[in-house]
Amino acid sequence: MIGSPDLVAFTQEDDFGESPDPSLLPEEFSVPLFNHTASTNPWTKTSYAKFSKDFILISEFSEQVGPQPLLTIPSDPKVCGTFDLNYFSLRIMSVDYQASFVGHPPGSNYPKLNFVEDSKVVLVDSKEGAFAYVHHLTLYDLEARGFVRPFCMAYISADEKKIMQQFQELSSEFSKASEMLKSGNRTAFANELEKKLKDLEYTRSVLHKETELQKINNGCYSTQAIEKANELANVEKSIYEHKDLLRQITSYPFRKKKDKDFVQSETEKQADTSSADNPPTSKHSDNAVKSVNETESENRKSSYTPQFIKAKSAKCFDKRLKTLEELCETNFFHQTLEQLNLLEKSFRGDLCFIYTSQITRALLTKQKVTSFLFEPEADWKEETSKNFSISPNNFPVPILNLSGERMSLESYTTCEDVDHVKPSVEGPPESSTSDITQETSEAADTETKGSFGSDKSIEAFVSVSPSNIQSNFFDAIERNKMSIASSSENQKVTNTPHRTSHGSPSEVFRTENLVPIDTACCIGQEGFIYEEPSPELAQECCGDTVVNQEPLSFLQGDPALQMDFILEDSSPNTGLIFPELNTSVLSEEVARINIEDVADNMSYMSTSTSSDRATSPFTYGSALTIKQKKKAGHSALRFIRQYPFAQQAIFCLLSGRTLIILGTDEGTVRKLINALFIFVPNLGKYGESVQPWLCSPFQLTDLQRWKLIGLQRAASPAGSNILHSLNRYSRYISILDCDNKTLRCPPHKGTLISHLADHRTQIKRGSTYFLHVQSMLTQLTAKAFLYTFCHHVHLPMDITDQGSVTSRRTNFLLQLGYTVEESKIVQYLSELIKQHYIIQGPSKGVNQSYFTFNYTTSYLYKI
Amino acid sequence: MLRWFLGGREAQGTVEKSAALFIGEEQPKNCFTEMQVLKGHFDIVRFLVQIDDLRVASAGDDGLVLVWNVETGECLYELRGHTQQITAMTSYPYMRGGSTHTALITASSDRTLSLWDPDTGNRVQNVSDLQSSVKCLLVLDRLDVWLSGGNELCVWNSDFELQCKTVHHSDTGISAMVELPKNFIAAAMDKEIVIVKMNVSGSDVAIMPMRHLSDHQDTIRSLININDGLFASGSHIGELIVWDSVDWTIQAYEHILWEEPAGDSQSEVRLTHQKQIERSIQHMSTDGELLVAAVGSGLFVYNVQMKNVVAYRKIAHDSDVLHTMLQEDGQLMTCSEDGSVRMWELQDLPLPAEPASSGLFGMFGTFGRSSKQVCPPAKKVPEVPSLRSLELTGDLIGHSGAVQMFVSFKEKGLVTCSTDHLLIVWRDGELQSQLRSLALFHKLEEHQGL
Repeated sequence: MIGSPDLVAFTQEDDFGESPDPSLLPEEFSVPLFNHTASTNPWTKTSYAKFSKDFILISEFSEQVGPQPLLTIPSDPKVCGTFDLNYFSLRIMSVDYQASFVGHPPGSNYPKLNFVEDSKVVLVDSKEGAFAYVHHLTLYDLEARGFVRPFCMAYISADEKKIMQQFQELSSEFSKASEMLKSGNRTAFANELEKKLKDLEYTRSVLHKETELQKINNGCYSTQAIEKANELANVEKSIYEHKDLLRQITSYPFRKKKDKDFVQSETEKQADTSSADNPPTSKHSDNAVKSVNETESENRKSSYTPQFIKAKSAKCFDKRLKTLEELCETNFFHQTLEQLNLLEKSFRGDLCFIYTSQITRALLTKQKVTSFLFEPEADWKEETSKNFSISPNNFPVPILNLSGERMSLESYTTCEDVDHVKPSVEGPPESSTSDITQETSEAADTETKGSFGSDKSIEAFVSVSPSNIQSNFFDAIERNKMSIASSSENQKVTNTPHRTSHGSPSEVFRTENLVPIDTACCIGQEGFIYEEPSPELAQECCGDTVVNQEPLSFLQGDPALQMDFILEDSSPNTGLIFPELNTSVLSEEVARINIEDVADNMSYMSTSTSSDRATSPFTYGSALTIKQKKKAGHSALRFIRQYPFAQQAIFCLLSGRTLIILGTDEGTVRKLINALFIFVPNLGKYGESVQPWLCSPFQLTDLQRWKLIGLQRAASPAGSNILHSLNRYSRYISILDCDNKTLRCPPHKGTLISHLADHRTQIKRGSTYFLHVQSMLTQLTAKAFLYTFCHHVHLPMDITDQGSVTSRRTNFLLQLGYTVEESKIVQYLSELIKQHYIIQGPSKGVNQSYFTFNYTTSYLYKI
Repeated sequence: MLRWFLGGREAQGTVEKSAALFIGEEQPKNCFTEMQVLKGHFDIVRFLVQIDDLRVASAGDDGLVLVWNVETGECLYELRGHTQQITAMTSYPYMRGGSTHTALITASSDRTLSLWDPDTGNRVQNVSDLQSSVKCLLVLDRLDVWLSGGNELCVWNSDFELQCKTVHHSDTGISAMVELPKNFIAAAMDKEIVIVKMNVSGSDVAIMPMRHLSDHQDTIRSLININDGLFASGSHIGELIVWDSVDWTIQAYEHILWEEPAGDSQSEVRLTHQKQIERSIQHMSTDGELLVAAVGSGLFVYNVQMKNVVAYRKIAHDSDVLHTMLQEDGQLMTCSEDGSVRMWELQDLPLPAEPASSGLFGMFGTFGRSSKQVCPPAKKVPEVPSLRSLELTGDLIGHSGAVQMFVSFKEKGLVTCSTDHLLIVWRDGELQSQLRSLALFHKLEEHQGL
């Protein structure tokens, strides 16, 4: 209820920045009313921001052109509006503090790669009305200055609170994306190094020949000969440097490993290691893969023709810098983008909405006993844990490799450069920049500092060490990984340098080679289901929802313009613009309702291009999502307004009496099913308790399985069979006849259902009504829980005490304030809870093997 | 009601045209408010045998014997072996390790006899290549032998060894057998009842036909023991004969003719056939005093002590009644080809308000009512002082084919089997709910809380 977009808009206070913490709302349940006279559109107060909705920006501090925006998510230019991406890139890059570098540390002969921890800060740009979570990371590029390219990803929002309060979540999500980029980058970097090494070795051999030639032609001490010898020496040095770099980059996981404290998670590891990856087999297959990769890298080597490198060719400013995609392996890059898209989707909408859903999520985990009844199957749980979930049809190896790679990054919280990560909360922002050592590009440094000092609108807020989001599963993998890494390390030490250059890159390529499989796996997860998802469905699942679009409406300053828009609206893409709030200006009830319907329909259209899909969320094998349920709220609202006997129908569903919707037209029947399925207790993850369209006569066993059935009325002989079966089992079912608009069912008394489904309800929006229903049903569930778990009600005083138990049960329910009929609802829910609790096995109670009924007279209700 | 579904504008309700009794949806006395459908058979299920107070075996035309747990509805064993339909099944108690176990004997059209252990699901014994298929089985606990009746009567010992057999009787064969005192057996063979004497000397058993009782005019359909002194037989044309178990004399003779107005309540032979309707005595059950006969689609309750009719219903079901059961509390349960199980209660009739205008049997035919409310049907009836009424207290609708048989497990429920290949366990919903609550708290205790 509180999270409903209708209400959220009215709960914020006028003064931006001083509104009460939205986290307090669910506790108080007090909804300070928004002052209607002040503004017709409650969303407008944040409209001074120059962009329409939150977006993700990726920028780079280019050594050639300075800070530049690379891409935004979503990529639609409308999103950013007039927002100056270049300017903001400059801002966010200017707080980068600690660009890692490669230099010659004292006492070391070779350049040393620093594995730098990402930095996470919050930026406020009051001028642009933007608040941003900024995540800095560095990628390696052989051709870049100091071998590093600083990048940053920023989540930009107009809502300061959203950034501040979701900091942890943002941070962990962005870390995942960043690690993905970085692991791709390491692969690419090692690859590049290897090529470079080959070039250098080739160059050396060419130079060697030339030197010999010079020596023979011009004598040992000729200037040409000396020049050549120097050149050769340089190349030699360069080879050693590059070899060392290669060693560093390939030994990365291992080095991370060394610092990691295993002991604490040792015990959990054992427990959580899934059966798919018991160490011996995975190690074995790992080796197999390794060998495969070795041959592949062999092939690659042969296919690559080394080039001669001129002595001082590197670091030219006119050279084209690699794109981000080139920097980190296409597959990794696209995976990252996918991850960021998901991230953007999950943080869409008002903070209050996000917050409520987080609270709901947290609370739901504690309600396993009853949550199966009405709570939507926890798709958010999957959403958040999606990146860790393993689809069963994947063999363990690819996961092991890729995840192992990722894991080692993720879990690595302490690295050698940890000093560079400063919690800048205590200090001024300059303190972070002061950490930059002199090796860092001077030009960039001054530029950064200059802009930093000049513009005080930028404030760096928070920098927190990354939250530890590792899972035990990956821990286990990591251990395997470590042993492999260390073995390759040993190899390196003992073997010839030549051998090393073969062995270790293959270590790196291993991951790369397996990526396609992993991407497939990610797509599967994207679709929210583990079977083959239809692309259409995936689209719908990820599509906008009514709720998420809501905050967008503050964009539309001009009501007239919007009205035009509605009128000329025909394209399905218009879901972005939401006209409902303007209708309040009209303040005509009728108009409101009509436009409301239009609005809801529009949201349908925007989420799915196929209208069929919109009307029926029941697709075989696909999970019902909470979004589909919210959409059903709209249908339900229409149903209770349209049918005076809606309450009776809902009573039947809640009390476990199978409701049959009989009709000739499939569309009509499906629409009604759609309106009613949210009232079916224990719906099941895939809506197993509902059969939206049945053409054959239904059987007795169907009554056990299905609680809501759409049945075809046909004129054929088969049709009369259907009618016969209806007639025969009429005592177990209620029948809603679509064509004649009648309902045959037992009567009920009580106020419960009339509150749940009041046809004069003031609720206008489907999603709001859904939340209303949810809250009522939750209340009901709580009562059912109480009833189920009250010892004294159910336990007999002695063995021959059956009668008194019955009367105690009845009295208990009457004392709870339920009528005899309403008691049946609670009793039915209670039975479901009992069954669920007792079984708690794989059957999950959806296919209950028996069904209970009452012998009561049915009446016929007409419109 | 059908009319309503077909789109009539009128509400349904009083348009019920069924000739049979219709109780409606309000059944306060019907405690069976929970059902569980047991699937497993592929053809008509004809036989149910109670193994103990938890298990039931079912068998039918698919040759399968399934052992079920009645409480959970779980199929414990599939006993496979017969290639054709099962024609008879009975339980067979035997001693093993000092305790009594129950095995199952099945007979099939494939001319085999098998002994099954329902605890392990094994076929313990098997006899094949019989001369004819067995139609009925009778276990004699006392002698530790069992008999099979087909075209001939065979006696077997507990090791499945044939002890002796009679000569070929007739093509119709033995359709039913009951045990009589003093090692006599009564076997129904077409229109006759053959009394067979069993001579037991040591481990040898010999059988000898003693007498042929040919008082029935038509094929005998059912044969049961009433008590130690009486047994009863019923024929295809509605003759009900109560016999003395010892001297095999007729104790009572009833010829049930639904159409005929009865002159008096005494049993007489009436041979007039005005309107031939089904009045075959398909099944009989008794509690030692009352005898219930399923006559066509009607019911007939007879007191063997008083030798008078206690109650009757000419049309108790829409179709032939196949199985009846008289419970201890006076409840009567019947099942029929119409797919329903009905529960009846014997109620004393209210004092007659006025003399009946018609004779005793004249009230037949007034039972077909249109209203779904049950009104006491026999208000204007009889002068016969002992006559009571058979009130319908509830019906169980679930099967889509003829209900062949049922077995009651008291409070654990009622198991029915049917032509639609299904078994249904009917339970008391309230009791089950309480049991589940107990199970819940038990588990809660085990888990030390939620």
